[in-house]
Amino acid sequence: MTENDWPLYEIFIRPRNGLAHRHVGSLHAPDPEMAIEMARDLYTRRGEGSSIWAVPSSAIAASSPDEKASLFEPAEDKDYRYPTHYKIPSDVKNM
Amino acid sequence: MAEDRARFEYLLRLGDNSLVLGQRLCETLGNAPALEEEMALVNIALDLIGQARLFLSYAGEIEGEGRDEDTLAYRRDVPDFRCALIVELPNGDFAHTIGRLFLVAAFNHELYGALQHAADPRIAAIAEKSLKEVTYHLRHAGEWVIRLGDGTEESHRRMQQALEDLWMYTGELFAPDAVDLAMRTAGVAPDLDLLRDGWNRRIDRVLAEATLRRPADGWMQSGGKDGRMHTEHLGYILAEMQFLPRAYPDARAW
Amino acid sequence: MYTQGLDGDIGPVREAETADEKALEARFQAKIDAEIRIEPDDWMPEGYRRTLIRQISQHAHSEIVGMLPEGNWVTRAPTLRRKAILLAKIQDEAGHGLYLYSACETLGVERAELVEQLLAGKAKYSSIFNYPTLSWADVGMIGWLVDGAAIMNQVPLQRCSYGPYARAMVRICKEESFHQRQGYEIVMTLAEGTPEQRRMVQESLDRWWWPALMMFGPPDSDSVHTAQSMKWKIKRVTNDELRQKFVDVTVPQAERLGLRIPDPELKWNPERGHYDFGPVPWEEFWRVIKGDGPCNRERLAQRRRAHEEGRWVREAALAHAEKRRLRSRAA
Repeated sequence: MTENDWPLYEIFIRPRNGLAHRHVGSLHAPDPEMAIEMARDLYTRRGEGSSIWAVPSSAIAASSPDEKASLFEPAEDKDYRYPTHYKIPSDVKNM
Repeated sequence: MAEDRARFEYLLRLGDNSLVLGQRLCETLGNAPALEEEMALVNIALDLIGQARLFLSYAGEIEGEGRDEDTLAYRRDVPDFRCALIVELPNGDFAHTIGRLFLVAAFNHELYGALQHAADPRIAAIAEKSLKEVTYHLRHAGEWVIRLGDGTEESHRRMQQALEDLWMYTGELFAPDAVDLAMRTAGVAPDLDLLRDGWNRRIDRVLAEATLRRPADGWMQSGGKDGRMHTEHLGYILAEMQFLPRAYPDARAW
Repeated sequence: MYTQGLDGDIGPVREAETADEKALEARFQAKIDAEIRIEPDDWMPEGYRRTLIRQISQHAHSEIVGMLPEGNWVTRAPTLRRKAILLAKIQDEAGHGLYLYSACETLGVERAELVEQLLAGKAKYSSIFNYPTLSWADVGMIGWLVDGAAIMNQVPLQRCSYGPYARAMVRICKEESFHQRQGYEIVMTLAEGTPEQRRMVQESLDRWWWPALMMFGPPDSDSVHTAQSMKWKIKRVTNDELRQKFVDVTVPQAERLGLRIPDPELKWNPERGHYDFGPVPWEEFWRVIKGDGPCNRERLAQRRRAHEEGRWVREAALAHAEKRRLRSRAA
């Protein structure tokens, strides 16, 4: 095996105020402060961000793809969660 | 000293400090301890070259003899450069590279903070833009000084050694001369004593967190910013930097 | 700025055996055929994963090694504007290397391992970076030819079936859009300059032309894995198709500047609607790939030196992080 690289951080950037943070990629850094420093150089060279989050990759819990059916399929028959479920007469505006 | 002459000299100091430090950081390309750090150092070099262009362009305009940023950068020899000695020093190991950046960025941070209120709107505008950049340089270098100082035994020893080696070149930054005084009278340059207080506080705070010892003030080298006596290194820096325009003197565009 | 699909060996891959495995593989191929992106945790055939790891890591290594030939001229750039542009470009390349390592890590391989393979001389990267940059014109030539070739290869990769790779390519293509233009601008300025500058740029083109054509990788007839990569939509266009396209667009650009392409057989073929060109010196290509290019040793030696000299710094940063963690726990 190889020598210890710095731990992996997942980087999230909010492109501008009013939008949610979005995952942009990862990088290696010795600690969270440096991860943010480095994310600035790596992911915002063209002024793409107003706010940066750095999260240790090891701290991310992910749904496993095998469970995908149980996680996502039930939602698909709850179509009342979607606006198209509701029949609104077309002369009702601004709905 | 005639005010325009002093202003020209003062702008050369600002421009040459950024230019030569930027040039030194260009040398780190391909040599940084981690790829992420390589990105950071190149970013800082890029900021510094940008600052140099703004200051040198303005210097050329003040001088009024038709010299632009490139004529000033590429067609002056050692005695006409006005950078402080500290930026000429070789990069050494990463502790020296980062230590020099830290000491100079801390100085620039104080200086640009003051210059953004200068009675010269052009200098004030450049300082305001550059302040944002050097704030980042200072934070980045400071974070590294802390990590190296309070890291391993080896990194502590190297960082302490770097400070000891660099320290005698810090005095020049704060030693006022006729140019500084003329610019202060003109409402441009700040009081260097006040600047030093801010610099000291910043340095001491970081060194304390880094468990490093502040070197004792001894003899301070000078001769860079007034061009009286540069280091031997500057000639090599210029030989490399100015190679193409010197080797192809007829070329009008690149 | 990577180009060639170096279809190296990915080792023996176990074929699907059980009915379950065959069903998974069929479903996987159906997704690919339907242009549905594959994401990191999705099931994928072992061969697909290994092919991707090989290609993405080669691409990442190419970006990182590719910084060196251009970096060779940063301290000697002839104007401050050129210096700033070159720094920004090289910084982008470091960034692209990191995006790509990051995409590669989603396939379950650690960057440290990939870097170690590179430093040990076991990994491949674009052969073009094993050629020296001897004049300032070479910096222009790399932008014009090498980045030009890279764009041709990378644009279709934005539609690669593997999500993280495709997304990295979208970002990379967007950022690289200025790279070729700045190169052509340098070449143009020199071509329109003094006789000495003109000589400099022609001499440079003479050296870079054939290595640039080699960047698209070996001919399709020698490219054993192309069919599989196309089926998996890792690769979308073949090496020879890209090479022809590159010649077709580059020749007029050279003519516009009065530069001579060093190929006596180069000729427009109105029947094919393409340029015919002479034989690419493939024996040179294989020699460079195998490690005997003009700069292979130097490039790796520099990366190794930086890695070794940086070890105490990386260790210090980790040691400091650990101290802080303990302190915050004690507090």
